[in-house]
Amino acid sequence: MADRATREALGATLIELVAEGRDDIVVLDADLAKATTTVKFAAAFPERFFDFGIAEQNMIATAAGLAAGGKTPFASSFAVFATGRAYDQVRNSVCYPNLGVKIAATHAGVTVGPDGGSHQMLEDIALMRVLPNMQVLVPADFTAACAAVRIAASTPGPVYVRLGRPAVPALYDAGFDFEMGRAYVLREGTDVTLAACGIMVARALQAAETLSAEGISAEVVDVMCLKPLDDGTIVASALKTGAVVTCEEHSIIGGLGAAVATLLSQTAPMPVELVGVDDVFGTSGEAEELMVHFGLTASHIADAARRAVARTI
Amino acid sequence: MTQPDLAHLAHLSQAMRRDIVEMVHTAGSGHPGGSLSAVEIVATLYGSVMRHDPADPKLADRDRFVLSKGHAAPVLYAALAEAGYFPREELLTLRKLGSRLQGHPDMRKLPGVEVSTGSLGQGLALANGLALALRLDGSATPTVFCLMGDGELQEGSVWEAAMASAHYGLDNLVAIVDLNGLQIDGPTCEVMDLGSVPEKFAAFGWTVMTCDGHSVAELHDALTRAKAHVGGPIVIVARTMKGRGVSFMENLCDWHGKAPNADECARALVELAE
Repeated sequence: MADRATREALGATLIELVAEGRDDIVVLDADLAKATTTVKFAAAFPERFFDFGIAEQNMIATAAGLAAGGKTPFASSFAVFATGRAYDQVRNSVCYPNLGVKIAATHAGVTVGPDGGSHQMLEDIALMRVLPNMQVLVPADFTAACAAVRIAASTPGPVYVRLGRPAVPALYDAGFDFEMGRAYVLREGTDVTLAACGIMVARALQAAETLSAEGISAEVVDVMCLKPLDDGTIVASALKTGAVVTCEEHSIIGGLGAAVATLLSQTAPMPVELVGVDDVFGTSGEAEELMVHFGLTASHIADAARRAVARTI
Repeated sequence: MTQPDLAHLAHLSQAMRRDIVEMVHTAGSGHPGGSLSAVEIVATLYGSVMRHDPADPKLADRDRFVLSKGHAAPVLYAALAEAGYFPREELLTLRKLGSRLQGHPDMRKLPGVEVSTGSLGQGLALANGLALALRLDGSATPTVFCLMGDGELQEGSVWEAAMASAHYGLDNLVAIVDLNGLQIDGPTCEVMDLGSVPEKFAAFGWTVMTCDGHSVAELHDALTRAKAHVGGPIVIVARTMKGRGVSFMENLCDWHGKAPNADECARALVELAE
């Protein structure tokens, strides 16, 4: 299958859902409909699409009102604006009253590329994960992203779906049965667990190949759902291998690494290495250059795995 | 409207004032000033203008009320209790652990609260969302009423929402501004001058009405006409007095967020006696 961006799943899946009879779904955007792909939905169902202009706070609070009025609103913008600019609205008007607003945010992480640090959101998972009632999905490929949008539409309460700008490799077969709150073991191994989310899952699989050639057997877990976290799958894998590497295109503060480290410290203390962005802002550059610059490649994951395994000896 | 109805609204207003003073005193904290300034507005809505049913808070074609100035929760709780949504005695649980009467309105705890509010400047967008949902459902009848304070108009998000109300032509929406002229740090014109509120809304594409926010006759007339208005959003800028009805609280920003002590409560209740 051809590489596709996870954001491409958004407009397409929302159209499918309404065509299937989900007439409770409405879509909101804030002048980024072309980039987020909700423009396709706007063309198909103009009466249930609302553009709010460059006013993300207004978009999110209006979505909350629509949810209180019985609708299932999907609000879309870039991750930096949907979570950061509108944070108080997400907290007080969406999560506090536990309203079913689905925030589908695109252009997360450093792979936004040349737009630079102002637009490269590396804190959104942390911001969303800390809010009571919020559920957080970070799909790894186009198929998973389609599923994430469907899961968001069918799960009560607030959901954050984190989507990316660049095309990413296909990892899942069409028809894979995704569920809210589940993590998926994509490759079995015995020496180290590579727990990854989003764009980093494909890189973790590459790292596992490299490690295999060295005699290190890596298990790769796609932690698609950051909240609720699939404690059972993660702990079971960690207990089997005895060492863990977390991999995320996000700050190591408050994201997947923090979630897994917290979980394991309470259930199965063991060496954990965190691959992610270490408390700095992004910068301009091409997406792949930036992944190297910030230490987010398969090679960095393999290095972290060797360190984790060494710590078990 | 007949004279006895207006008399009823005046009596209801006084009863709500007593409720507000008693509950804030018992709570030991809360916001009496901005609750008292909004009494006639809320009394006229719940006592006459709004279609609602205390026995069926989720009545499909009910009018919706959004208290954007959520810190004035006591005035909403007083209206709901007087209407029969819950026993009046429960008012004295305000702000206590385990109470349905949270410091700011919580839609998940108290039937009759349409949306949760408290962080200022978000109620108008919530009301827009409710209005859009009703329009999508083809429900022509219900009106969404949104009560804002004047201080909260300093939040930029209010004007983002005001732009959207006009852009989407929401004529099932009525906004009311409780223009009491005071906020925590002082008069609004000194803290951050709002300029002309009616002119600002007009410039944002709204139809604007003004009235005496303590005259139930004027409010009833304005709210009834606003409810029937078609073609776009309409706002009623209601001139009010913070702390209205309790002589020693009137027009003093110190009473924005301070509870009366036992002596002050007793004196206030004497002034507010039937």
